[in-house]
Amino acid sequence: MEAVSREPAVRGPEGTGQVSRPAVIEVRGLRKSYDGLEAVAGIDLEVRGGEIFAFLGPNGAGKTTTVEILEGYRRRTAGDVCVLGTDPAQAGRDWRARIGVVLQESQPEDELTAEECLSLYAGYYPHPRPVGETLDLVGLTDHRNARCGRMSGGQRRRLDVALALIGDPELIFLDEPTTGFDPAARKSAWDVIAGLRDLGKTIFLTTHYMEEAERLADRIAVLAAGRIVAEGTAATLGGRDTEASVVSFTLPPDVSAADLPPALAACVTRTSNGRVEADTRSPLRLVGILAGWAQARGIDLPDLDVRRPTLEDVYLQLTREPR
Amino acid sequence: MSAVITHPGHAAGTRRKLPYPIGHQFHADLLCYRRNIQSVFFTILMPVLFLVILASIFRNATVNVPGGTIKESVYYVPGLIAYGLITAAFSNLALSVVRNRESGIYKRRRATPLPASVVIASRAAIAVLTALAITAVMLGIGWAAYGASIPGRTAPAFLLDVIVGAAVFCCLGFAMASLIRNVDAVQPVIWATVLPLSFISGIFIATSELPRWLADISYVFPVHPLAAALLEAYNPHTTGSGLNWGYLAILAAWGVAGLIIAVRRFNWLPRGG
Repeated sequence: MEAVSREPAVRGPEGTGQVSRPAVIEVRGLRKSYDGLEAVAGIDLEVRGGEIFAFLGPNGAGKTTTVEILEGYRRRTAGDVCVLGTDPAQAGRDWRARIGVVLQESQPEDELTAEECLSLYAGYYPHPRPVGETLDLVGLTDHRNARCGRMSGGQRRRLDVALALIGDPELIFLDEPTTGFDPAARKSAWDVIAGLRDLGKTIFLTTHYMEEAERLADRIAVLAAGRIVAEGTAATLGGRDTEASVVSFTLPPDVSAADLPPALAACVTRTSNGRVEADTRSPLRLVGILAGWAQARGIDLPDLDVRRPTLEDVYLQLTREPR
Repeated sequence: MSAVITHPGHAAGTRRKLPYPIGHQFHADLLCYRRNIQSVFFTILMPVLFLVILASIFRNATVNVPGGTIKESVYYVPGLIAYGLITAAFSNLALSVVRNRESGIYKRRRATPLPASVVIASRAAIAVLTALAITAVMLGIGWAAYGASIPGRTAPAFLLDVIVGAAVFCCLGFAMASLIRNVDAVQPVIWATVLPLSFISGIFIATSELPRWLADISYVFPVHPLAAALLEAYNPHTTGSGLNWGYLAILAAWGVAGLIIAVRRFNWLPRGG
């Protein structure tokens, strides 16, 4: 067996390194209505070969509907969808041999062991991965003889991932793959997913965990109420890179916020119990003013903090329900 | 967890054909079925229990059948073979299909290149195999305990009836599964259909002892032709081959109807909420 030395996907900070790769998923104007209600209200997507694309959104935003259309489970109401060069609604067995799917919810064959279950699924594909190696990849080697029906939730989820990989697919859909994992299991799942990218696999990931998206995704799209409200890298999503930073610090008891220099006081958004928070798009300048002022007065600010908006802050901002 | 991932298959540059893994799937289904030992045990045990109980209750009774009278204990053997066959091919099959569908097992398989025909044929083969096992056990008990055996000249007809019956009730089982929305509904639906039909179709009570109108109703449904066809081949008074094309035709009609519903409505995805 030969370890593949395929070129790892190039990852520029803006995802620009992948422009040359062909699109694996292309979606234009996708709509899906159920009984007149639009679950997906016209979305465009492009996922290029070898990238990990994270699809974020609150429950009910249309994530699973979209994923299941891409997987060929559901029919769309309108729009163009092309996955691996084929319309999933028309796709046949050849196409299915090239995708791997981890569903949001699924049970394994309870009476089979993990190893038997993987062997069964391996038999469905023309080029399956070796069973033992796949078990090892998801960390189930020690549980290979355990009946699926007696596995813990985390073990079953790892089996789900193994079953999605057994056919050695080019494109892998992971619908909330680490939900219910403990932190250690989640970390090792991330290692597995990152390892798949290094093989040149394309991964379409939906998740609720911002850390997961930030850690893994080359690009992120945020879905809210059936529409894509933002798209970008973890660093740039929703203007995160240009969004204001929050500078915060606690003043000593004998100093009041009124004593702050005017340039700083203008930025202050909040004070409580001597804790001051100031928003700024130029944090270095503000901290410089603050430092000069504090030094001149001979005070220190031991809890000085400069905080960038987290991905979660941006996400919550983007997906906030209109009031 | 190993970080080394190898990439077989494609590396060799070969493009193998998509497999049609019918034997592979059957092997796994059989393994699952055998490990679900309670299901196997009770599927086979239930008709045996009914036979022993009914034959004991009506120990000395006789029943009118075409061509003469036979002991009740003998009469019950083919009837309860029909009952066991329906349990295996219809009830168990519908239950397992709904369970696999609603738990997402079929949905996961749908994302693979596995053809639907493999899933269907493999599950049907399990049902037919179980039906044959039940038939063998019941014939053995009938022979050992009640001194009844199939005349050699009608044995081929009996075997044909069993196979056609199992196949027809498989089709009906798939059709029924496609109409039921959740697992909890399967048992009530099955009991409400199989049990009343069994009572009016000569399985628990001989057709000759039923009110005429009740017997007439049963002629329309598939349970009676199966039980009657098996009885004809099992009845020692039967002359000729014991093959009744009329019964087989009614069965076949039901089988075709079931097959059409099953094929048109077979669904990989869960239907319940």
